[in-house]
Amino acid sequence: MSAFSTFLAPIIQFLIAAILSSTPILYGTLGEILNEKSGHLNLGVPGMMAMGGTMGFLVGYYSNNLILALLGACVGGMLGALIYAVLTVTFMANQNVTGLTLSIFGIGLSNFAGKFALSQSGIGTLKLPDEINSQLLNIPIPLLCWIPEVGQYFAVNIFVYLAVILAAALSFYLHHTKVGHNLRAIGENPAAADAAGIRVVPAKYLNLLIGGGICGLGGAYAAMIISGGVWGSNFVGELGWIAVALVIFAAWKPGRAVFGAFLFGALRVLRYHLTNLILAPAALVPAWDEGLSSASRWASNSIPVAIYDMLPFLMTALVLVITSMRKAKEGLQPASCGTNYFREER
Amino acid sequence: MSDENKIPNREDYAIECCGITKSFGTVVANDRIDLSVKYGEILALLGENGSGKTTLMNMLSGIYHPDEGTTIIGGQEVVINSPSDAMALGIGMIHQHFKLVEVFSAMDNIVLGVREKYSNPRKLKQRIQQISESFGLQIDPEKKVYDMSVSEKQTVEILKVLYRGAQILILDEPTAVLTPQETEKLFEILRRMKEQGCAIIIITHKLNEVMAISDRVTILRKGKSVDTVATAETNEKKLTELMVGMPVSLEIDRPVTENRETLLKVVDLTVDRPDGTRGLDDVSFEIKTGEILGVAGVAGSGQKELCEAIAGLLKVKTGAILYKKENIIGKSPAEIIDLGISMSFVPEDRLGMGLVASMGMVDNMLLKSYRNHKGPFVDKKPARALAESLVKRLDIQTAGVDMPVRMMSGGNVQKVLLGREIESGPNLLIAAYPVRGLDINSSYTIYDLLNEQKKKNVAVVFIGEDLDVLLELSDRILVLCHGKVTGMVDAAQATKEQIGLMMTGSSEKEVAEHE
Repeated sequence: MSAFSTFLAPIIQFLIAAILSSTPILYGTLGEILNEKSGHLNLGVPGMMAMGGTMGFLVGYYSNNLILALLGACVGGMLGALIYAVLTVTFMANQNVTGLTLSIFGIGLSNFAGKFALSQSGIGTLKLPDEINSQLLNIPIPLLCWIPEVGQYFAVNIFVYLAVILAAALSFYLHHTKVGHNLRAIGENPAAADAAGIRVVPAKYLNLLIGGGICGLGGAYAAMIISGGVWGSNFVGELGWIAVALVIFAAWKPGRAVFGAFLFGALRVLRYHLTNLILAPAALVPAWDEGLSSASRWASNSIPVAIYDMLPFLMTALVLVITSMRKAKEGLQPASCGTNYFREER
Repeated sequence: MSDENKIPNREDYAIECCGITKSFGTVVANDRIDLSVKYGEILALLGENGSGKTTLMNMLSGIYHPDEGTTIIGGQEVVINSPSDAMALGIGMIHQHFKLVEVFSAMDNIVLGVREKYSNPRKLKQRIQQISESFGLQIDPEKKVYDMSVSEKQTVEILKVLYRGAQILILDEPTAVLTPQETEKLFEILRRMKEQGCAIIIITHKLNEVMAISDRVTILRKGKSVDTVATAETNEKKLTELMVGMPVSLEIDRPVTENRETLLKVVDLTVDRPDGTRGLDDVSFEIKTGEILGVAGVAGSGQKELCEAIAGLLKVKTGAILYKKENIIGKSPAEIIDLGISMSFVPEDRLGMGLVASMGMVDNMLLKSYRNHKGPFVDKKPARALAESLVKRLDIQTAGVDMPVRMMSGGNVQKVLLGREIESGPNLLIAAYPVRGLDINSSYTIYDLLNEQKKKNVAVVFIGEDLDVLLELSDRILVLCHGKVTGMVDAAQATKEQIGLMMTGSSEKEVAEHE
C-alpha cells in the first residue's frame, strides 16, 4: 500500500461509517418531512420507527425473505402513521400530544412484540436467518470501489442505496410534480388548497402514511443492521428524536436532509475514528509521527465520551438558533404545521 | 377556462336560491333565504355584521352545506358538496381573508389545484397575462405572495377564479382593505366582467359602494332575506333602514368641549421601520384634552409607526414625545400604559389585534388589568364583570364571555378591543382604524364611544380611512404623506378635496394657492 493510501484509508473508513450511521436518521427525517409538508407535526417518529422495525424484523425472522421484511417495515410504520392520521386528521386531536403518545405507544408495542417472539423462540435470543443477514452485508459502491488500493472500503448496505433514491424521489415529488405542489399548498394553507379544489383529507392521509412507511424503514435499519441481526429492545433509541430535529436543519428539503443526516452520522461515529484520523497525516509526513501520536493519545485519554454523545445535540441547538435568526420567508416550517384543518371552522 | 362562445343569455338566472337554511349548533345563521342573480348583473348583498352574508356565500362556494333549501345554477338544481363542485359549476369566490399560499408565486397560486396537464410555465404565464389584459388587471406572475400588497393579493384571487373560467363571481367584502383609489380600480374591473356576461355578487358594508356598483341589492337582517330592491330605485337612507330594521340617523356628532389643554406634544419625531426604511420624518403636532385629532393618509404613510412610537413599541431615532411636558421616549410600553396612554390598533387583516384569539373575553380583559391586582393569584371576577358589562353596553354578539374571541365576527372583536382600552380609563386614546370592515350600526356605536371619551376630556387620536367620517368626527385633521406631515387643518373648514391633495403630497400652502 502506498503512503497516500495509508493516509486516505482512515478518512474513507470514517466517511463510510458516518454514512451508515446516518442512514436510519435519514429515513426518519424524510418521513417526517413528508408529514410536516402535509401540515402535521408528527412527534411520533420514534414510535413509527419502532413499529416498522419490529414488524420488519419479525417478518424477516419468520419468512426468511428480505423483500417481505422491508415491506413489513413499511406497513408497520404506516400502521403507526394511520393511528396518528385518524386521530389528528379525522378527529382533530392535538398533534403534539398525539405524536408523543404514539412514540410511547410504538416503543412499548415493539418491546412487547419482541418479548413475545422471544418467549416463542425457546432459545432466548432472536436472530435473523443467515440468508437475510448475508443480503444485508455491504455492497461495493460502483465506480468508487474500482479505485486501486482504497476501493475496498467503498461499500454500503442496501438501505443506504434505497435512502438516497428515496431522498431524490421525494425532492422531485415535492418540487416538480403537481401532486407534490398540491401537498405543499396544503401544508402552507389548507383553506387555500381546499378552496382551490384540492382534496385535503385524502392527500393528508396518503402523505402521512407514506411518511410513516419511510420511518418504518429507518426502524428496520436500527432493528436489523445496527445490532447485527440480533433482536434487542429499545433499538430506536435517540435516532427518532434526532430525525425530528434534523427536519429543521434540512429546512424541510429532502436534499439537505441527506447532507444533514450525514453530518449527524459523522458526529455520532467520530469518537471511534478520531485517533486514527489524527494519526493519518503521519503516513504522508513521517516527521509528524511523534507529535500526532501524542495528540491522539491526548484525545483518547482526555476527551470524555460524553462530549461525543453531546455533539449532535449541541449541533441541533446551534442549528435551531441559526435558523430562527434567518429572516427568510422560505425554507421555513409549513405555515399550517401543528394546526388541524376543519373546513367549517369560523 | 373562460370561453367566449359559452357566454349565457343575459336574461337567464345564474343563481337562484330558495329557502336556504343553515344552523351552527343552536344559532340559525341563515333562515329560509331567497336570492337570485342574472348573468351580466351585479347584485350587492347588504347586511350588518353577523347577518349571515358570508355563511350564505360559503354555501354557494361549497365550504358549508345548507341544512335545507334548493340551489339552482344556470337553470339546473344542484348540490354543491365541495369547492371543486362549485368551481365545476363556474362559481368562484373571493374570500374576505385571502386564501393564498404565501410562499408560492402568483402563478403557482393561480393554477393551484387545476386538474389539467402540467403545461409549461411560459404558456401558463401567457395565459395569465392574456386574462389579465382582457379584464384590465395588472400582475407580475413571478412575484411571491408574501411580497405583495393587499390589493395585489386580491388581484391574484380574482385571477384565480377567472383562470378557472368562473362566470359567477362572489366577492366577500373586497373593499374592506382597499384604499379609495384601489376600490375604484376594482369596480372598473367588475364592470368589465359584467359587460362580458359574468354574474357578480358583492358583499359590502359601504352604502356608497352599493350605490356605485350594483344593479340590485338584497338585504339580509338577522339571517333572513328582508328585501331585494333595484339600486336605481333606492337610496342610502332607505337601505340603512332595511338593513337595521329601523330609521337611523347618518349624522355624526361633533360635541363641543371646553377647557382644552395640551396633553401630548410630538416634536420633530423621526422613526425608522424595522426594515430600515423611514417611517416618520420630522413629525410635529400636538393634541389637547377633549379633542379628537383625526389622522388622514394613504395606507402606509406612517400611521402605524406613529401609533407604535407613542405606545413605546418602536425605537425613536430623533425627536421627542412630550406627555404632560414629560418626555416619554425610552419608557417601556407598560410604563406608558400606566401614564394613561391607551392604544387600539386594527390591522389590515383585522386579526391579531391586541387580543389573544383563542382566549375568551374574560381572559382578554385580564391581559390588561392583571398587573393592577396585588398578590400572586389572578382574580377573574372583576374581569368577568367588565366583560359582561361590555357585552351589554356595546351590544356585542357572543355566545358567552368565555367563548374564544376568534369565534366572534370581526365587528364584535373590534368592539371588545376598543371597549377594553376605554375601560382602562385612559387620558389619551389612540384608535387606529376602529371601524375597519364594520357595518353602519357598529360604526356609529364606535363613533359614539369616541365622542363619549372626548366629552370626558380624553384626548383621542382617530386614525381613519373614510375622509367623510374624519371630516365629521374630528376637531382637527393631521395629514400624513410618506411619513411627513403635509397638513394640519380644522375639520369644520376643510374639504375632502383639500385633504385628498395633501394625502398625495401637496403641502397646505400649495393647496391654499390652488384654490
